[in-house]
Amino acid sequence: MSVAILREGDYLIAAILSDLTDKEVVKLRGDLIDLVGKYRSRGLVIDVSALEVIDSFVARALRSIVLTVQLRGAHAVIAGIQPDVAIALVQFRLNLHPLRVALDLDSARTLLDHLTSGEAEDGR
Amino acid sequence: MADEVRVVIADDADLVTARAEARAIAERLGFPRPDPTLIATAISEIARNIVVHSGGGEIVLRPFEDRNRYGLIVIATDRGPGIRDVEAALRDDYSGRGGLGLGLPGARRLMDEFELESDAENGTIVTMKKWRYRDELARLREERRRRA
Amino acid sequence: MDRDAERPDPDEETERQSEEDAAAESHEEDATEDSHEVDAAEDSHEEDGDEESDEEDEDEESREEDAGEESYEADPLLQELVAYLREKRTDLREEWARRINEADLLGVMSDDEVFSEATEVFDNYVDALETGSIENLQTYARELSERIIPRGVETDEVLGIVLLLRDVLARELFAKYQEDSEHLNRILDAYEPAANRIAVTVGVSFVEERERVINEQQEAIRELSTPVLQIRERLLILPIIGVLDSSRARQLTQQLLAAIRDNRAAVVVIDITGVATIDRTVANHLVQAVEASRLMGARTLLTGLSPEVTQALVDLGVDLSMMQTVGDLQGGLEEAERLAGYRGPRATDETRGAES
Repeated sequence: MSVAILREGDYLIAAILSDLTDKEVVKLRGDLIDLVGKYRSRGLVIDVSALEVIDSFVARALRSIVLTVQLRGAHAVIAGIQPDVAIALVQFRLNLHPLRVALDLDSARTLLDHLTSGEAEDGR
Repeated sequence: MADEVRVVIADDADLVTARAEARAIAERLGFPRPDPTLIATAISEIARNIVVHSGGGEIVLRPFEDRNRYGLIVIATDRGPGIRDVEAALRDDYSGRGGLGLGLPGARRLMDEFELESDAENGTIVTMKKWRYRDELARLREERRRRA
Repeated sequence: MDRDAERPDPDEETERQSEEDAAAESHEEDATEDSHEVDAAEDSHEEDGDEESDEEDEDEESREEDAGEESYEADPLLQELVAYLREKRTDLREEWARRINEADLLGVMSDDEVFSEATEVFDNYVDALETGSIENLQTYARELSERIIPRGVETDEVLGIVLLLRDVLARELFAKYQEDSEHLNRILDAYEPAANRIAVTVGVSFVEERERVINEQQEAIRELSTPVLQIRERLLILPIIGVLDSSRARQLTQQLLAAIRDNRAAVVVIDITGVATIDRTVANHLVQAVEASRLMGARTLLTGLSPEVTQALVDLGVDLSMMQTVGDLQGGLEEAERLAGYRGPRATDETRGAES
């Protein structure tokens, strides 16, 4: 299994477990959009900490997922970008703006709590 | 000196292999972080181009070294229809969305050297290199040599 | 690493390639001469593999062949003089130790130490003369260097004692063969190139070991000079002092990102009070460090910008709006604490938060 998707109350947590083929990325996108709709999730976390490479295709897919679920009223956070991957994204000039990012799952949940409760935004 | 590695690129599953092989060989050669990731990311872009824009091809990962430097040469070839407008492809914002098009300008930014040849007859050859000086003294030696 | 945008010289590479090819060919010839089984495979990888195991098996044989190839005619002469030098080992060693003392070399070592090292050098020297192989000599020279460099032995001393040994042995050969000048000449023809190569090998090994030590020390200094400190939970400070070059900036970024991950930092203060000048490359590195930190959910404050540095950054076209800058460190720390939730109510500034 390459992605683990869990439902935690109002949140949907998608943990990518290993490097994905393009087809798997596309499937993931479809699944997450469906599930967010199905469960009426208020928040989605995509944990990418297992990804050692994030290239333009994955970045585009992540952005597409986030923007689409936002249209369905859910907040989305990308969690766990690894240091080397962060450097690669920056050097590549792969702009993930305006996606929200968090250090890890815990921080992502905290961020979602803030976002969904309508409070002022703060990273932790 | 490590041997060269050859990865056949036919479908998107091969991209996973290409990324893994790239990181592995870069680490074996002693590239410090984040270079293995940068190399793998650049190769991912090039490999995808092969899958998407041609019928298939291959990527060769070839180590090289001299007295002052060590590095990796990446040669990606395909027999596709070629890139019609190479200049445009290499320009940033080719697809108009922050360079997320052919990924070539991005790959070039991640590597130290980048060359591309493409035409309808011979397909496309992308040659990229990344290298490091062995240490500070090697860097000084090399700079002295180049100035001479 | 500062890289000139120059490519490696393609001619250099082709030269190197043909050198490598030539070397590979001579290895192959050695292998077949000894009728070791070599797969006549097309794949060059297989040939390389075989060559390696062949080499191990016939190391001694090929060394002899090498020595023979180089001074084929003088080979029996080398054997002759080596045998003689071994015979006179004790005397020669004493003479050498005496001259080392006279020349005031190896002052940091005691007489006993000098004698014991002298013995080892002598024996390795004569072995190298005999076999023509410098590999053992290189290994020994490296080990010797590792031992004596921390003691403070200098390059001129090492070269000095090796050349003294060369002289002592040469004098001895003169003395023995002075009756027959033709024989003496042939002996010297065999001895001199071998002795010179030994001197160069030992000298170079010593210098290379020194360079290695200096490199290590430099690395250690660099690590120390870019410490990332956790001053509060989730709040890091990275004070940068001194010269900031490309390779240091790269190291700084690595350390910073690792620290963000390890400390789960929400806010980072990068203080550049101690940095006098920044050029474009370094400024870019800094900006990249800030952006990469952001992708890991951390906000960065840049503090300690002097008016000069600020102007330089602006002139370089660095987009300072992407980062938060505060003039002095104190103000920066206060703001950082506020951002991290340590002081007063959280601001509702929409640029805050973990937006990428």
